[in-house]
Amino acid sequence: MELDTVTAFTPVASLAGGILIGLSAVMVMAIFGRIAGISGITRGALGAITGGPDARWRIGFVVGLLAAPFAYALWAGDLPAQTVPGNLPAMAAAGLIVGTGTAIGSGCTSGHGVCGLARLSPRSLAAVATFMGTAIVTVFVLRHLI
Amino acid sequence: MNPILGLLSGLVFGLGLVVSGMADPAKVLNFLDLFGTWDPSLAFVMAGATVTAHVGYRLVWRRAAPLRMPEFDLPSARAIDAPLLTGAALFGLGWGIGGFCPGPALTALPLAAPGTLVFVPAMLAGLWMGGRAKSAMTHRKGPAT
Repeated sequence: MELDTVTAFTPVASLAGGILIGLSAVMVMAIFGRIAGISGITRGALGAITGGPDARWRIGFVVGLLAAPFAYALWAGDLPAQTVPGNLPAMAAAGLIVGTGTAIGSGCTSGHGVCGLARLSPRSLAAVATFMGTAIVTVFVLRHLI
Repeated sequence: MNPILGLLSGLVFGLGLVVSGMADPAKVLNFLDLFGTWDPSLAFVMAGATVTAHVGYRLVWRRAAPLRMPEFDLPSARAIDAPLLTGAALFGLGWGIGGFCPGPALTALPLAAPGTLVFVPAMLAGLWMGGRAKSAMTHRKGPAT
């Protein structure tokens, strides 16, 4: 993918944002007693996981995620800047693979990454090592071999 | 009340994604590009999030139950099995192509970049298909994970 723009190293903002993500995971545990895994929350919000008492807060959570750029703009004065790959067939394939993979693997960067590692789960550590590994190899192949 | 508390949690999560730079695929792909234009920022996101959650979980688990549900419901699966590793490997492949994992893709959706508008519906379809594939696998092999 032709997107090798250099991005600025932002340790302070990234650490601060990471702490917010961690706080949200703690809120979900304190309030609902659940793991804040976005792939699972999204499946729950879509009704792909049996409804029950969790469907409603999960829909609320997804709405909150969608509202975040606007909340950020209220505070920062501008919508967040981003550079999204423009190869649309590749993005469609990537989305399909990410959705399928996180559903089969029971989690993504949030559920296995943040929450699973925070719980010191060996299963999540194996998942994180696997997806970090294949992601790094994928970027290497796409940027440096092809 | 629960949808509002869920919305607040999602808002904090999404703000974290935006502030940290995770919602920008260029930054994610540069984090993964160890041998090119490497940007180590996202290691700070993971560290901040994981340590905060680790400490916070321990404080929360001192209570008998969460505030709005009868009990804590933590994943019970322990096995490092084929669905886990296959799914994670696939996820890494897609993450490396698009630079989006599920949370940042959803948060970036209202910014309406063409790549995001294509990625998210495909991801939702994948989540549905993957769920069907996984239940087929687990029904064949025994208890659900």
